[in-house]
Amino acid sequence: MSQREALVFYLLITPWVVGFLSFAFGPILAALGFSFAEYDVIRPPRFVGLANYAAMAGDPLFWQALKVTIGYTFTAVPLGIVASLFLATMLNQKVPALAFFRTVFYLPSVISGVAVSLLWLWLLNPAFGLINWAIYSLFGITGPKWLLSNEWVIPAFVLMSLWGVGGGLIIYLAALQSVPTELYEAASLDGANAWRRFRNVTLAMISPVVLFSFITGVIGSFQIVTQAYVMTGGGPHYASLFYGLYVFQNAFRYFKMGYASSLAWVLFLIVLGLTLLTFKVSSQFVHYQAGGAAR
Amino acid sequence: MSGAQATRRGLALGSRPRRSRRLSFWRSRRTMEAVMRVAATLIVIACSAIIIAPALWMVSTSLKTRPETIIFPPRLLPEAPQWGNYPEALTFLPFARYFRNTATIVLVVMLGDVLSNSVIAYAFARLRAPGRELLFTLVLSTMMVPYQVLMIPQYVLFHRLGWIDTYKPLTVPAWFGSAFLIFLLRQFYRAIPQEMDDAARIDGCGYISTLVRILLPLSKPAISCAAIFSFTYNWNDFLAPLIYINSQDKLTVAVGLSYFTHRYGATPWNLLMAASITTVMPCVLLFFFAQKYFIQGIVISGVKG
Repeated sequence: MSQREALVFYLLITPWVVGFLSFAFGPILAALGFSFAEYDVIRPPRFVGLANYAAMAGDPLFWQALKVTIGYTFTAVPLGIVASLFLATMLNQKVPALAFFRTVFYLPSVISGVAVSLLWLWLLNPAFGLINWAIYSLFGITGPKWLLSNEWVIPAFVLMSLWGVGGGLIIYLAALQSVPTELYEAASLDGANAWRRFRNVTLAMISPVVLFSFITGVIGSFQIVTQAYVMTGGGPHYASLFYGLYVFQNAFRYFKMGYASSLAWVLFLIVLGLTLLTFKVSSQFVHYQAGGAAR
Repeated sequence: MSGAQATRRGLALGSRPRRSRRLSFWRSRRTMEAVMRVAATLIVIACSAIIIAPALWMVSTSLKTRPETIIFPPRLLPEAPQWGNYPEALTFLPFARYFRNTATIVLVVMLGDVLSNSVIAYAFARLRAPGRELLFTLVLSTMMVPYQVLMIPQYVLFHRLGWIDTYKPLTVPAWFGSAFLIFLLRQFYRAIPQEMDDAARIDGCGYISTLVRILLPLSKPAISCAAIFSFTYNWNDFLAPLIYINSQDKLTVAVGLSYFTHRYGATPWNLLMAASITTVMPCVLLFFFAQKYFIQGIVISGVKG
């Protein structure tokens, strides 16, 4: 009986096993192989040892891409978490028409991709865009050149990412609603004020969710291509050369598949390292409810 | 509830259960809560106005004349709505064809996603076998692998198979399971009581018929949720069609839209916004009609991770 059950299990997951081997595990190994080769798809790969990795160390654009991506990630992800957590806390104060507001906040997350990039290209237009007009009418000053400026292009991308707070907001709202009210009552009895209650009850209880969204946020922003491809192409002067875009350009514009593979593998290791580091650092802050949150 | 609380509070305060003191305490607390609630509502209204403004601006721009888009300070509403912008924008590039192409891809992918993942997730949720947990960890870990690592070998593979400039690289992998959807559906299945399966088993159902006759009918929200995620993700997907499709007449809406500015000298913002709105409409409508499933899916994938 149990043996039959196991047999059926393996049978049913066979499609996944085939897909895993041919579209994930196989490619990961193949990418590692390509990273030691010179390869343009037309001619067979030529083994070059560690030459690609050595070239990376001396490639100013690699360092630039890393700088841009790290700078963006560690601004956009924390700001996004703070903004969505703040809004979720506000919505959780028995605000009327909750469903309506939730819909409004989530709407931008539905229209992702190229259309959003084009919309923001228009909003950030230095001369006729809505944002510089808002800055002008509120403060009476001329706004920055945003996507055309070396200094403002990354802040512009961060601003655009904040438009998508709705995704995180919905997750945090659900997490907040699942915090047992007894905990707040107990904290009040112990004389905790609103801030202490937020810090020691709310944040502690939802910390696994915050950690999870931090990790997925970091992984996501290291892979950004579409926005940069559509809006700036990595410019001006490589100021928005996101790492994901640089890999894409090497692979499909210059057909330097070997070099692109080594870039991709370094990206993989960075993401892996950051995830493990986050888990390690967070272990003292994150509170897992026994048998609850982990499930 | 407040009675029980008051009693407990009285106990906690110990020897000083003075009624007047307690009343004023409750009164001040209640006023504070009301103030908080009003403040929170105002903040939420202000923030939602900021969030919705770009979307309204998009609609307003799409209905302006071209000169109207480039005046400063901008006019909030067009003088007269230019509905003609829409047909003009949509015939400038063959968008009708792009819509058909994208719909074909998305439907095939959606079907593959739903069929393969509902079965795979069932196995992970319900059937016991040695190595299951390890395999499931493997499923989850593939979500962490950046697309950049996979895209080059996948391209080489599909190139060898002669699949470049066909829809096969976009549709075939969907029939072999996706880590995110396996995870999502497994979470849903696990919320269904095991007793349902056991009862079916006693009535003589095999594993497959338990899935088909018991779990699937109970999982309509889960299946809808998976289908919706599959739809919006693939409708908006840009990179994969950009990599694999070369022929103009095979493009998807996302890629077609990205070519819009390249074709014009200076960007006609009104037409560009009209085209953008049209391309996102299927997702927006789906969201409005199936909001419940969207939210359920996001919550399950985010909170119970």
